[in-house]
Amino acid sequence: MPETRISLNVRKPGPAVGIIDIEGEVTAFCEPLLMDAYTEAGDGATKAIILNFAGLDYMNSSGIGLLVTLLIRAQRQGQRLLAYGLNAHYQQIFELTRLNEAIVIYEDEPASLAAASS
Amino acid sequence: METPTESPHGPLRQDTTSWAPLTQTLQVTGNSGGVPELVAGRRLVGPLQGFGKMWQKTYRIRLPAQSIEPSELIKVWKEEFPTFWPEGNRFYAPLVGISPGEVALISLQAGPMKLSTGVMVLYADHESFTLMTPQGHMFAGWITFSAFEDTEHCTVQTQVLMRAQDPLGEVGLIMGGHKAEDRFWASTLRAVGKRFGHEVEPETTIVCVDPRRRWSEARNVWHNAGIRSTLHMMTAPLRWPGKMMRRNDS
Repeated sequence: MPETRISLNVRKPGPAVGIIDIEGEVTAFCEPLLMDAYTEAGDGATKAIILNFAGLDYMNSSGIGLLVTLLIRAQRQGQRLLAYGLNAHYQQIFELTRLNEAIVIYEDEPASLAAASS
Repeated sequence: METPTESPHGPLRQDTTSWAPLTQTLQVTGNSGGVPELVAGRRLVGPLQGFGKMWQKTYRIRLPAQSIEPSELIKVWKEEFPTFWPEGNRFYAPLVGISPGEVALISLQAGPMKLSTGVMVLYADHESFTLMTPQGHMFAGWITFSAFEDTEHCTVQTQVLMRAQDPLGEVGLIMGGHKAEDRFWASTLRAVGKRFGHEVEPETTIVCVDPRRRWSEARNVWHNAGIRSTLHMMTAPLRWPGKMMRRNDS
C-alpha cells in the first residue's frame, strides 16, 4: 500500500463540536487515519464535525469518495459535517461532485463554529 | 511570488488538470455511436443524489510487481478501455480518449434489454481515472479504476461507489442487477490481467455504506435510462421519414 501523505489534528472547541485539521493529501490510502480522527472528534455528545481543509495540498477522486463515506457515517450518528478552508479549486470540485449539497462550506472557522452551534 | 513545490509530506503534487471542469449539464460531441440525445443536457449525479442503498464495491486483481508499472497499466487501460468490456456491451470512447470532462456514450445489455446511457470522465491522472454517471443511468455514482504497487504486487482495482437512481433501478439491482454488475467488472479485470499476460481471478469486496433509501429521490424515475431507451427504440420508425428527408436534402 503506498504511503499516506497526510497529517490530521483533532480539536474539541466545545462538547458538541469536533474539528479535524487536514494537512497534505486526501486519497483512499488515508482512510484508516481519517476514520480514527473522526472517531476521536465525534465522541460523546458531538453534534457537528468540522473539516478544516486549509492545509489541503492534493485530493483525487478516491479522496472525494472517502469524504462521502465519512459523511454517511456522521449522518448515521446524527451528526452534521461542515467544512471550511477550501480554496477556489476544491470548492469547484465539491460543486462538480455535488458534495456541497451535503457538506456546507463556510468561509472560515468562526463562521463554521457559529453554524455548528446554531 | 514563487509557487511552492514542497510540502511537509514531500514533493507537492498537482491535481488541477486532473479534474473535469465544472459543468451543469453534459454536452455530447464527437462520439461515434450510442444515443447522444439520452445523455446530452443531463445533470451529473453522484452517490449522494441517488435513491437506493449505497454500496461500495471493490473488484481487485494482483499482478506480480515486476511485470508492469502502475502508471503504464493505467495508460494502457485508458487507451484500450472499450476492449476490456464484456461482449455485448459497448463503450463509445470520446475522440480525445479518457480525459477529464470528456463524455462517453454506453450501450449495455441488461437481460433482454439494451440500455443507452453515458458517463463523464470526472478525474484522470497517471494513477487512476473515475467515471461519473448522469441522470437516467442505472445507478448514481462514481467508478474509479486504479493501480498501485506494494512490495510484491501491482494491485489493479475497480471501485464503484453507487446507489440506484430510482425505485425501478433499486428493484432491478435486487433482481439480478447487482450480480450482473459484479460479473461485468470481474470479467473486465480478468481481461485487463490477460492483456498483461496473467490469468487471475478477481477478488470482490462489497460493503453497504448506507442501508437507507432516500424516498425524496424517488422522482428520479422520470429520467430512467431503461424506460427512455425502450421508448427511443419503439419510436424509431417515427423518426425514419425525417432522417430520410434530411439525407435526401444533403
